[in-house]
Amino acid sequence: MLDDFFTRALVAGIGVAIVAGPLGCFVIWRRMAYFGDTLSHAALLGVALSLLFDVNTTLAVGGTSIILAVLLVSLRRSETLSSDALLGLLSHSALALGLVCLAFMTWVRVDLLGLLFGDILAVTRLDIAMIYAGGALVLTVLVLIWRRLFAATVNPDLAGGEGLQPERMELVFMILTAIVIAISLKIVGALLITALLIIPAAAARRVSSSPEQMAILAAFAGAASVVGGLYTSLNYDTPSGPSIVVAALVLFVISLVPWGRLVTRMRTGSQE
Amino acid sequence: MVLENNRLVELDRAGVRRGTSWLVRGVDLSVSPGEIVTLIGPNGSGKSTTAKMTLGILKPTEGSSRRKTGLSVGYVPQKLAIDWTLPLSVRRFMRLTNALSDEECSIALEQTGASRLIGLEMRTLSGGELQRVMLARAIARRPDLLVLDEPVQGVDYAGEIAIYNLISEIRNTLGCGILMISHDLHVVMAAADQVICLNGHVCCRGTPSDVSKDDNYQALFGARAGVGLAVYEHHHDHVHLPDGTVKHADGSLCTDCPGEHQGHDHDNPGVSTGVGNA
Repeated sequence: MLDDFFTRALVAGIGVAIVAGPLGCFVIWRRMAYFGDTLSHAALLGVALSLLFDVNTTLAVGGTSIILAVLLVSLRRSETLSSDALLGLLSHSALALGLVCLAFMTWVRVDLLGLLFGDILAVTRLDIAMIYAGGALVLTVLVLIWRRLFAATVNPDLAGGEGLQPERMELVFMILTAIVIAISLKIVGALLITALLIIPAAAARRVSSSPEQMAILAAFAGAASVVGGLYTSLNYDTPSGPSIVVAALVLFVISLVPWGRLVTRMRTGSQE
Repeated sequence: MVLENNRLVELDRAGVRRGTSWLVRGVDLSVSPGEIVTLIGPNGSGKSTTAKMTLGILKPTEGSSRRKTGLSVGYVPQKLAIDWTLPLSVRRFMRLTNALSDEECSIALEQTGASRLIGLEMRTLSGGELQRVMLARAIARRPDLLVLDEPVQGVDYAGEIAIYNLISEIRNTLGCGILMISHDLHVVMAAADQVICLNGHVCCRGTPSDVSKDDNYQALFGARAGVGLAVYEHHHDHVHLPDGTVKHADGSLCTDCPGEHQGHDHDNPGVSTGVGNA
Protein backbone atom coordinates (compact mmCIF):
# COMPACT_ATOMS: atom_id res chain seq x y z
CA MET A 1 0.00 0.00 0.00
CA LEU A 2 2.85 2.35 0.86
CA ASP A 3 4.48 1.75 -2.54
CA ASP A 4 2.58 4.61 -4.04
CA PHE A 5 4.14 8.00 -3.26
CA PHE A 6 0.76 9.62 -3.00
CA THR A 7 -0.49 7.13 -0.41
CA ARG A 8 2.68 7.68 1.57
CA ALA A 9 2.15 11.43 1.49
CA LEU A 10 -1.48 11.00 2.54
CA VAL A 11 -0.63 8.71 5.45
CA ALA A 12 2.21 10.99 6.56
CA GLY A 13 0.12 14.15 6.22
CA ILE A 14 -2.81 12.79 8.19
CA GLY A 15 -0.42 11.65 10.93
CA VAL A 16 1.05 15.14 11.15
CA ALA A 17 -2.35 16.84 11.14
CA ILE A 18 -3.72 14.69 13.98
CA VAL A 19 -0.86 15.83 16.23
CA ALA A 20 -0.72 19.41 14.96
CA GLY A 21 -4.42 20.05 15.67
CA PRO A 22 -4.45 19.69 19.47
CA LEU A 23 -1.04 21.31 19.81
CA GLY A 24 -2.15 24.15 17.56
CA CYS A 25 -5.04 24.85 19.94
CA PHE A 26 -2.50 25.60 22.66
CA VAL A 27 -0.50 27.74 20.24
CA ILE A 28 -3.64 29.82 19.69
CA TRP A 29 -4.72 29.89 23.34
CA ARG A 30 -1.27 30.90 24.52
CA ARG A 31 -0.82 33.45 21.68
CA MET A 32 2.35 31.73 20.55
CA ALA A 33 1.89 31.80 16.76
CA TYR A 34 5.06 33.79 16.34
CA PHE A 35 6.89 31.29 18.50
CA GLY A 36 5.81 28.53 16.11
CA ASP A 37 7.11 30.60 13.21
CA THR A 38 10.45 31.02 14.90
CA LEU A 39 10.86 27.32 15.50
CA SER A 40 9.88 26.40 11.96
CA HIS A 41 12.29 28.93 10.46
CA ALA A 42 14.99 27.37 12.57
CA ALA A 43 14.10 24.08 10.90
CA LEU A 44 16.02 25.26 7.85
CA LEU A 45 19.12 25.63 9.98
CA GLY A 46 18.46 22.08 11.15
CA VAL A 47 18.37 20.89 7.54
CA ALA A 48 21.71 22.58 6.82
CA LEU A 49 23.24 20.96 9.91
CA SER A 50 21.87 17.55 8.95
CA LEU A 51 23.57 17.81 5.55
CA LEU A 52 26.79 19.08 7.10
CA PHE A 53 27.05 16.24 9.63
CA ASP A 54 25.22 13.67 7.52
CA VAL A 55 22.50 12.78 10.04
CA ASN A 56 18.79 12.14 9.61
CA THR A 57 16.99 15.37 8.67
CA THR A 58 14.06 14.93 11.02
CA LEU A 59 16.34 14.27 14.00
CA ALA A 60 18.58 17.24 13.17
CA VAL A 61 15.59 19.56 12.71
CA GLY A 62 14.00 18.30 15.93
CA GLY A 63 17.26 18.80 17.82
CA THR A 64 17.77 22.33 16.48
CA SER A 65 14.17 23.31 17.28
CA ILE A 66 14.36 21.91 20.80
CA ILE A 67 17.60 23.76 21.52
CA LEU A 68 16.05 26.96 20.18
CA ALA A 69 12.92 26.43 22.31
CA VAL A 70 14.96 25.98 25.48
CA LEU A 71 17.09 28.99 24.54
CA LEU A 72 13.94 31.08 24.10
CA VAL A 73 12.53 30.09 27.47
CA SER A 74 15.74 30.94 29.29
CA LEU A 75 16.29 34.21 27.41
CA ARG A 76 12.73 35.25 28.12
CA ARG A 77 13.13 34.64 31.84
CA SER A 78 16.22 36.81 31.94
CA GLU A 79 14.01 39.71 30.74
CA THR A 80 16.50 41.33 28.38
CA LEU A 81 14.56 41.96 25.18
CA SER A 82 10.81 41.95 24.80
CA SER A 83 9.40 38.59 23.87
CA ASP A 84 8.39 39.41 20.30
CA ALA A 85 11.65 41.23 19.52
CA LEU A 86 13.51 38.18 20.79
CA LEU A 87 11.39 35.86 18.65
CA GLY A 88 11.91 38.04 15.57
CA LEU A 89 15.63 38.11 16.15
CA LEU A 90 15.96 34.34 16.57
CA SER A 91 13.46 33.52 13.82
CA HIS A 92 15.13 35.44 11.03
CA SER A 93 18.66 34.80 12.23
CA ALA A 94 18.01 31.06 12.17
CA LEU A 95 16.42 31.26 8.72
CA ALA A 96 19.27 33.38 7.32
CA LEU A 97 21.90 31.22 8.98
CA GLY A 98 20.31 28.12 7.47
CA LEU A 99 20.21 29.63 3.97
CA VAL A 100 23.81 30.85 4.19
CA CYS A 101 24.99 27.43 5.39
CA LEU A 102 23.16 25.72 2.52
CA ALA A 103 24.72 28.12 -0.01
CA PHE A 104 28.20 27.38 1.35
CA MET A 105 27.76 23.65 0.88
CA THR A 106 28.33 23.73 -2.87
CA TRP A 107 28.76 19.95 -2.97
CA VAL A 108 25.11 19.27 -2.11
CA ARG A 109 22.16 20.11 -4.26
CA VAL A 110 19.20 21.07 -2.10
CA ASP A 111 15.65 21.43 -3.28
CA LEU A 112 15.10 24.72 -1.47
CA LEU A 113 11.56 25.11 -2.71
CA GLY A 114 10.73 21.66 -1.31
CA LEU A 115 12.18 22.61 2.07
CA LEU A 116 10.28 25.87 2.21
CA PHE A 117 6.94 24.69 0.86
CA GLY A 118 6.86 20.92 1.31
CA ASP A 119 7.38 18.09 -1.14
CA ILE A 120 5.06 15.10 -1.19
CA LEU A 121 7.33 13.20 -3.56
CA ALA A 122 10.03 13.13 -0.91
CA VAL A 123 8.08 11.20 1.77
CA THR A 124 9.75 7.87 2.51
CA ARG A 125 8.70 4.91 4.66
CA LEU A 126 11.23 6.04 7.26
CA ASP A 127 9.55 9.47 7.34
CA ILE A 128 6.20 7.80 7.97
CA ALA A 129 7.69 5.74 10.78
CA MET A 130 9.19 8.85 12.36
CA ILE A 131 5.96 10.83 12.00
CA TYR A 132 3.91 8.14 13.72
CA ALA A 133 6.50 7.41 16.43
CA GLY A 134 7.06 11.11 17.12
CA GLY A 135 3.37 11.85 16.87
CA ALA A 136 2.45 9.09 19.30
CA LEU A 137 5.05 10.38 21.76
CA VAL A 138 3.75 13.96 21.48
CA LEU A 139 0.11 12.95 21.89
CA THR A 140 0.88 10.71 24.88
CA VAL A 141 2.78 13.46 26.67
CA LEU A 142 0.08 15.97 25.78
CA VAL A 143 -2.63 13.76 27.27
CA LEU A 144 -0.55 13.25 30.42
CA ILE A 145 0.06 16.96 31.00
CA TRP A 146 -3.26 18.13 29.56
CA ARG A 147 -4.88 19.39 32.77
CA ARG A 148 -1.74 21.08 34.04
CA LEU A 149 -0.88 22.66 30.69
CA PHE A 150 -4.43 23.84 30.21
CA ALA A 151 -4.60 25.35 33.70
CA ALA A 152 -1.26 27.09 33.06
CA THR A 153 -2.71 28.43 29.80
CA VAL A 154 -5.85 29.81 31.43
CA ASN A 155 -3.92 31.52 34.23
CA PRO A 156 -0.27 30.80 35.08
CA ASP A 157 -0.55 32.37 38.53
CA LEU A 158 -3.56 30.27 39.44
CA ALA A 159 -1.88 27.09 38.21
CA GLY A 160 1.35 28.02 40.01
CA GLY A 161 -0.43 28.89 43.25
CA GLU A 162 -2.12 25.51 43.25
CA GLY A 163 1.14 23.69 42.60
CA LEU A 164 0.84 22.75 38.92
CA GLN A 165 4.26 24.04 37.85
CA PRO A 166 3.22 26.23 34.90
CA GLU A 167 6.79 27.08 33.84
CA ARG A 168 7.76 23.45 33.52
CA MET A 169 4.57 22.77 31.56
CA GLU A 170 5.39 25.63 29.20
CA LEU A 171 8.84 24.18 28.55
CA VAL A 172 7.40 20.71 27.86
CA PHE A 173 4.86 22.27 25.51
CA MET A 174 7.58 24.10 23.59
CA ILE A 175 9.57 20.89 23.18
CA LEU A 176 6.45 19.10 21.91
CA THR A 177 5.93 21.90 19.39
CA ALA A 178 9.55 21.54 18.26
CA ILE A 179 9.00 17.81 17.65
CA VAL A 180 5.83 18.44 15.64
CA ILE A 181 7.66 20.99 13.52
CA ALA A 182 10.43 18.50 12.82
CA ILE A 183 8.01 15.82 11.62
CA SER A 184 5.89 18.25 9.56
CA LEU A 185 8.77 19.79 7.62
CA LYS A 186 8.56 17.47 4.60
CA ILE A 187 4.81 17.71 4.27
CA VAL A 188 4.13 21.44 4.53
CA GLY A 189 7.57 23.03 4.44
CA ALA A 190 9.37 25.37 6.83
CA LEU A 191 7.44 28.50 5.92
CA LEU A 192 3.97 27.04 6.34
CA ILE A 193 4.19 24.76 9.38
CA THR A 194 2.67 27.38 11.67
CA ALA A 195 -0.35 27.49 9.38
CA LEU A 196 -0.97 23.78 9.90
CA LEU A 197 -0.84 24.39 13.65
CA ILE A 198 -3.06 27.45 13.72
CA ILE A 199 -5.64 27.34 10.93
CA PRO A 200 -7.30 23.97 11.76
CA ALA A 201 -7.47 25.03 15.42
CA ALA A 202 -9.01 28.36 14.46
CA ALA A 203 -11.53 26.58 12.21
CA ALA A 204 -12.47 24.31 15.14
CA ARG A 205 -13.03 27.20 17.56
CA ARG A 206 -16.45 28.33 16.38
CA VAL A 207 -17.98 24.88 16.49
CA SER A 208 -16.48 23.86 19.86
CA SER A 209 -17.90 24.30 23.32
CA SER A 210 -15.02 22.87 25.35
CA PRO A 211 -11.23 22.88 25.02
CA GLU A 212 -11.10 19.10 24.61
CA GLN A 213 -13.69 19.20 21.83
CA MET A 214 -11.76 21.96 20.08
CA ALA A 215 -8.56 19.89 20.19
CA ILE A 216 -10.25 16.85 18.64
CA LEU A 217 -12.08 18.88 15.98
CA ALA A 218 -8.82 20.64 15.12
CA ALA A 219 -7.22 17.24 14.48
CA PHE A 220 -10.11 16.32 12.16
CA ALA A 221 -10.00 19.70 10.39
CA GLY A 222 -6.25 19.26 9.90
CA ALA A 223 -6.65 15.76 8.48
CA ALA A 224 -9.38 16.97 6.12
CA SER A 225 -7.14 19.82 4.95
CA VAL A 226 -4.32 17.37 4.26
CA VAL A 227 -6.57 15.11 2.19
CA GLY A 228 -8.08 18.03 0.27
CA GLY A 229 -4.76 19.76 -0.21
CA LEU A 230 -2.88 16.67 -1.37
CA TYR A 231 -5.54 15.75 -3.93
CA THR A 232 -5.40 19.30 -5.28
CA SER A 233 -1.63 19.10 -5.36
CA LEU A 234 -1.76 15.82 -7.28
CA ASN A 235 -4.39 16.89 -9.79
CA TYR A 236 -3.27 20.44 -10.48
CA ASP A 237 0.44 20.03 -9.85
CA THR A 238 0.51 22.66 -7.11
CA PRO A 239 3.07 22.53 -4.26
CA SER A 240 1.76 20.32 -1.44
CA GLY A 241 2.30 22.67 1.52
CA PRO A 242 0.46 25.69 0.11
CA SER A 243 -2.35 23.44 -1.18
CA ILE A 244 -2.90 21.99 2.31
CA VAL A 245 -2.88 25.46 3.84
CA VAL A 246 -5.38 26.73 1.27
CA ALA A 247 -7.64 23.75 2.04
CA ALA A 248 -7.40 24.59 5.76
CA LEU A 249 -8.23 28.19 4.98
CA VAL A 250 -11.34 27.08 3.09
CA LEU A 251 -12.44 25.09 6.16
CA PHE A 252 -11.83 28.13 8.37
CA VAL A 253 -13.94 30.36 6.10
CA ILE A 254 -16.72 27.75 6.10
CA SER A 255 -16.59 27.74 9.93
CA LEU A 256 -17.12 31.52 9.91
CA VAL A 257 -20.47 31.24 8.14
CA PRO A 258 -23.27 31.47 10.72
CA TRP A 259 -24.90 28.21 9.61
CA GLY A 260 -27.39 28.04 12.46
CA ARG A 261 -28.76 31.49 11.66
CA LEU A 262 -28.90 30.71 7.93
CA VAL A 263 -30.93 27.54 8.52
CA THR A 264 -33.42 29.31 10.78
CA ARG A 265 -33.76 32.14 8.25
CA MET A 266 -34.43 29.66 5.44
CA ARG A 267 -37.04 27.87 7.55
CA THR A 268 -38.86 31.07 8.54
CA GLY A 269 -38.54 32.27 4.94
CA SER A 270 -40.23 29.15 3.58
CA GLN A 271 -43.06 29.47 6.09
CA GLU A 272 -43.91 32.99 5.01
CA MET B 1 8.56 20.82 54.88
CA VAL B 2 7.52 20.73 58.51
CA LEU B 3 6.75 24.14 59.90
CA GLU B 4 6.56 24.91 63.57
CA ASN B 5 3.21 25.16 65.34
CA ASN B 6 1.40 23.35 62.54
CA ARG B 7 1.61 26.43 60.32
CA LEU B 8 0.49 26.14 56.70
CA VAL B 9 2.67 28.87 55.26
CA GLU B 10 5.30 31.17 56.60
CA LEU B 11 7.10 34.25 55.27
CA ASP B 12 10.23 35.29 57.10
CA ARG B 13 11.28 38.89 56.41
CA ALA B 14 10.52 38.23 52.77
CA GLY B 15 10.75 40.84 50.02
CA VAL B 16 10.64 41.07 46.23
CA ARG B 17 12.73 43.48 44.21
CA ARG B 18 12.08 44.46 40.60
CA GLY B 19 15.03 46.30 39.12
CA THR B 20 16.12 48.78 41.74
CA SER B 21 12.87 49.17 43.64
CA TRP B 22 11.31 46.89 46.21
CA LEU B 23 7.72 45.88 45.58
CA VAL B 24 7.44 44.84 49.17
CA ARG B 25 10.03 44.16 51.83
CA GLY B 26 10.48 42.67 55.26
CA VAL B 27 7.19 40.80 55.52
CA ASP B 28 6.70 38.33 58.35
CA LEU B 29 3.53 36.36 57.97
CA SER B 30 2.11 32.99 58.86
CA VAL B 31 -1.24 31.28 58.43
CA SER B 32 -2.36 28.38 60.62
CA PRO B 33 -5.31 26.05 60.02
CA GLY B 34 -8.58 27.77 60.89
CA GLU B 35 -6.99 31.19 60.91
CA ILE B 36 -8.05 34.14 58.77
CA VAL B 37 -5.31 36.61 57.97
CA THR B 38 -6.25 39.74 56.08
CA LEU B 39 -3.85 41.93 54.13
CA ILE B 40 -4.96 45.51 53.68
CA GLY B 41 -3.34 48.53 52.15
CA PRO B 42 -3.59 51.00 49.26
CA ASN B 43 -2.92 50.22 45.58
CA GLY B 44 0.62 49.16 44.90
CA SER B 45 1.32 48.44 48.53
CA GLY B 46 2.47 44.89 47.79
CA LYS B 47 -0.58 42.90 48.85
CA SER B 48 -0.78 40.70 45.76
CA THR B 49 3.01 40.35 45.68
CA THR B 50 2.94 39.17 49.28
CA ALA B 51 0.21 36.64 48.49
CA LYS B 52 2.21 35.38 45.48
CA MET B 53 5.32 35.01 47.63
CA THR B 54 3.29 33.04 50.13
CA LEU B 55 2.11 30.70 47.36
CA GLY B 56 5.56 30.34 45.81
CA ILE B 57 4.50 31.98 42.52
CA LEU B 58 7.13 34.64 43.16
CA LYS B 59 10.43 33.76 44.77
CA PRO B 60 11.44 36.21 47.48
CA THR B 61 14.56 38.21 46.58
CA GLU B 62 15.44 38.27 50.27
CA GLY B 63 14.06 36.41 53.26
CA SER B 64 12.29 33.10 52.91
CA SER B 65 8.91 31.66 52.02
CA ARG B 66 7.98 28.20 53.24
CA ARG B 67 4.95 26.00 52.79
CA LYS B 68 3.87 22.83 54.52
CA THR B 69 4.65 19.68 52.52
CA GLY B 70 1.69 18.52 50.46
CA LEU B 71 -0.23 21.73 51.12
CA SER B 72 -3.33 21.97 48.94
CA VAL B 73 -4.23 25.50 47.94
CA GLY B 74 -7.34 27.16 46.59
CA TYR B 75 -6.35 30.42 44.92
CA VAL B 76 -8.56 33.20 43.66
CA PRO B 77 -6.28 35.53 41.70
CA GLN B 78 -6.97 39.23 41.37
CA LYS B 79 -7.50 39.07 37.62
CA LEU B 80 -8.66 36.39 35.24
CA ALA B 81 -9.02 37.23 31.56
CA ILE B 82 -10.50 34.57 29.29
CA ASP B 83 -9.80 35.09 25.62
CA TRP B 84 -12.42 34.44 22.93
CA THR B 85 -10.21 31.70 21.48
CA LEU B 86 -10.69 29.63 24.64
CA PRO B 87 -14.00 27.76 24.72
CA LEU B 88 -14.28 27.56 28.49
CA SER B 89 -17.56 27.01 30.29
CA VAL B 90 -18.07 27.50 34.00
CA ARG B 91 -18.56 23.73 34.26
CA ARG B 92 -15.12 23.08 32.76
CA PHE B 93 -13.46 25.92 34.67
CA MET B 94 -14.57 24.36 37.97
CA ARG B 95 -12.37 21.36 37.08
CA LEU B 96 -9.42 23.46 35.98
CA THR B 97 -6.80 22.17 38.42
CA ASN B 98 -8.32 18.90 39.64
CA ALA B 99 -11.08 16.45 38.84
CA LEU B 100 -14.39 17.10 40.62
CA SER B 101 -17.73 15.34 40.54
CA ASP B 102 -20.81 17.17 39.25
CA GLU B 103 -22.17 17.16 42.78
CA GLU B 104 -19.06 18.80 44.26
CA CYS B 105 -19.23 21.49 41.59
CA SER B 106 -22.88 22.28 42.09
CA ILE B 107 -22.60 22.38 45.89
CA ALA B 108 -19.74 24.88 45.71
CA LEU B 109 -21.54 27.01 43.12
CA GLU B 110 -24.65 26.90 45.25
CA GLN B 111 -22.66 28.18 48.24
CA THR B 112 -21.39 31.21 46.35
CA GLY B 113 -24.78 31.88 44.78
CA ALA B 114 -23.61 31.04 41.26
CA SER B 115 -25.38 27.78 40.48
CA ARG B 116 -27.39 29.28 37.62
CA LEU B 117 -24.13 30.18 35.85
CA ILE B 118 -22.88 26.60 35.43
CA GLY B 119 -23.70 26.30 31.71
CA LEU B 120 -22.39 29.73 30.71
CA GLU B 121 -19.16 30.64 28.95
CA MET B 122 -16.56 32.13 31.29
CA ARG B 123 -15.95 35.16 29.08
CA THR B 124 -19.60 36.20 29.22
CA LEU B 125 -19.65 36.51 33.02
CA SER B 126 -19.82 39.90 34.69
CA GLY B 127 -17.14 40.90 37.19
CA GLY B 128 -19.20 39.90 40.21
CA GLU B 129 -20.31 36.61 38.65
CA LEU B 130 -16.70 35.78 37.80
CA GLN B 131 -15.68 36.36 41.41
CA ARG B 132 -18.41 34.01 42.65
CA VAL B 133 -17.36 31.31 40.18
CA MET B 134 -13.67 31.66 41.04
CA LEU B 135 -14.46 31.43 44.74
CA ALA B 136 -16.63 28.37 44.14
CA ARG B 137 -13.82 26.68 42.23
CA ALA B 138 -11.33 27.42 45.00
CA ILE B 139 -13.53 26.04 47.79
CA ALA B 140 -14.68 23.00 45.80
CA ARG B 141 -11.10 21.75 46.00
CA ARG B 142 -11.46 21.59 49.81
CA PRO B 143 -8.04 23.17 50.25
CA ASP B 144 -5.88 23.45 53.38
CA LEU B 145 -5.22 27.05 52.51
CA LEU B 146 -7.49 29.47 50.72
CA VAL B 147 -5.85 32.55 49.21
CA LEU B 148 -8.31 35.20 48.11
CA ASP B 149 -7.06 38.25 46.25
CA GLU B 150 -9.86 40.79 46.58
CA PRO B 151 -12.65 38.21 46.52
CA VAL B 152 -15.52 40.69 46.43
CA GLN B 153 -14.38 43.08 43.69
CA GLY B 154 -17.33 43.85 41.47
CA VAL B 155 -19.73 41.93 43.70
CA ASP B 156 -22.90 43.80 44.61
CA TYR B 157 -23.46 45.08 48.13
CA ALA B 158 -25.75 42.28 49.34
CA GLY B 159 -23.51 39.68 47.74
CA GLU B 160 -20.43 41.16 49.38
CA ILE B 161 -21.75 40.53 52.87
CA ALA B 162 -22.99 37.07 51.87
CA ILE B 163 -19.54 36.20 50.55
CA TYR B 164 -17.78 37.49 53.67
CA ASN B 165 -20.16 35.40 55.76
CA LEU B 166 -19.49 32.42 53.50
CA ILE B 167 -15.72 32.79 53.88
CA SER B 168 -16.18 32.81 57.62
CA GLU B 169 -18.38 29.74 57.37
CA ILE B 170 -15.89 27.90 55.14
CA ARG B 171 -13.18 28.48 57.71
CA ASN B 172 -15.41 26.83 60.30
CA THR B 173 -16.56 23.90 58.19
CA LEU B 174 -13.35 23.12 56.27
CA GLY B 175 -11.01 24.25 59.02
CA CYS B 176 -8.71 25.72 56.38
CA GLY B 177 -6.45 28.70 56.82
CA ILE B 178 -7.43 31.78 54.82
CA LEU B 179 -5.21 34.54 53.51
CA MET B 180 -7.36 37.35 52.19
CA ILE B 181 -6.55 40.61 50.46
CA SER B 182 -8.65 43.70 50.54
CA HIS B 183 -7.77 47.01 48.97
CA ASP B 184 -10.33 48.47 51.30
CA LEU B 185 -8.54 49.87 54.31
CA HIS B 186 -11.66 50.29 56.40
CA VAL B 187 -13.80 47.26 55.95
CA VAL B 188 -12.38 43.93 56.94
CA MET B 189 -14.09 40.93 58.36
CA ALA B 190 -15.07 40.71 61.95
CA ALA B 191 -13.84 37.13 61.83
CA ALA B 192 -10.28 38.03 60.78
CA ASP B 193 -7.87 36.82 63.42
CA GLN B 194 -5.05 38.93 62.19
CA VAL B 195 -4.89 42.02 60.04
CA ILE B 196 -1.68 43.09 58.37
CA CYS B 197 -1.47 46.54 56.90
CA LEU B 198 0.99 46.81 54.06
CA ASN B 199 2.47 49.78 52.33
CA GLY B 200 5.64 48.46 50.75
CA HIS B 201 6.40 47.01 54.16
CA VAL B 202 4.36 45.91 57.15
CA CYS B 203 3.01 49.15 58.60
CA CYS B 204 1.24 47.49 61.46
CA ARG B 205 -0.62 44.36 62.39
CA GLY B 206 -3.00 43.08 65.01
CA THR B 207 -6.50 41.84 65.70
CA PRO B 208 -9.25 44.00 64.21
CA SER B 209 -10.54 46.23 66.94
CA ASP B 210 -14.24 46.27 67.29
CA VAL B 211 -15.10 49.87 66.77
CA SER B 212 -18.60 49.36 65.44
CA LYS B 213 -19.91 51.19 68.53
CA ASP B 214 -17.58 54.08 67.95
CA ASP B 215 -19.30 57.36 67.04
CA ASN B 216 -16.82 58.12 64.25
CA TYR B 217 -17.44 54.70 62.78
CA GLN B 218 -21.20 55.13 62.89
CA ALA B 219 -20.87 58.49 61.21
CA LEU B 220 -18.63 57.07 58.47
CA PHE B 221 -20.32 53.81 57.72
CA GLY B 222 -23.85 54.12 59.13
CA ALA B 223 -25.85 51.53 57.21
CA ARG B 224 -22.99 49.11 56.79
CA ALA B 225 -22.31 48.81 60.52
CA GLY B 226 -22.62 45.55 62.30
CA VAL B 227 -23.53 43.19 59.45
CA GLY B 228 -20.66 40.79 59.73
CA LEU B 229 -18.21 43.58 59.09
CA ALA B 230 -15.86 45.46 61.29
CA VAL B 231 -13.43 48.28 61.05
CA TYR B 232 -9.81 47.89 61.73
CA GLU B 233 -8.58 51.06 63.28
CA HIS B 234 -5.05 52.23 63.30
CA HIS B 235 -3.02 55.37 62.97
CA HIS B 236 0.42 55.88 61.59
CA ASP B 237 3.39 57.59 63.07
CA HIS B 238 4.66 58.34 59.58
CA VAL B 239 3.31 59.58 56.28
CA HIS B 240 4.10 58.14 52.86
CA LEU B 241 4.75 61.06 50.57
CA PRO B 242 3.82 60.92 46.86
CA ASP B 243 7.47 60.51 45.79
CA GLY B 244 7.77 57.36 47.85
CA THR B 245 9.76 58.83 50.71
CA VAL B 246 8.58 58.56 54.26
CA LYS B 247 8.09 61.41 56.67
CA HIS B 248 8.20 60.39 60.29
CA ALA B 249 6.35 62.00 63.15
CA ASP B 250 9.50 63.81 64.24
CA GLY B 251 9.77 65.38 60.78
CA SER B 252 12.69 63.27 59.53
CA LEU B 253 12.63 61.90 55.99
CA CYS B 254 13.91 58.57 54.74
CA THR B 255 13.59 56.62 51.48
CA ASP B 256 11.90 53.60 52.94
CA CYS B 257 10.87 52.30 56.31
CA PRO B 258 11.71 48.61 56.45
CA GLY B 259 10.24 46.53 59.20
CA GLU B 260 7.28 47.10 61.36
CA HIS B 261 6.31 50.09 63.37
CA GLN B 262 4.64 48.63 66.35
CA GLY B 263 4.59 50.46 69.63
CA HIS B 264 5.17 53.87 68.11
CA ASP B 265 3.30 56.88 69.18
CA HIS B 266 0.73 57.17 66.41
CA ASP B 267 -0.04 60.53 65.02
CA ASN B 268 -0.97 61.23 61.46
CA PRO B 269 -0.27 64.85 60.55
CA GLY B 270 -2.71 66.61 58.28
CA VAL B 271 -5.53 64.20 59.00
CA SER B 272 -8.34 65.25 61.28
CA THR B 273 -9.82 61.87 62.10
CA GLY B 274 -7.91 58.69 62.60
CA VAL B 275 -10.59 56.29 61.49
CA GLY B 276 -10.70 55.88 57.78
CA ASN B 277 -7.33 57.37 57.05
CA ALA B 278 -4.08 55.58 56.78
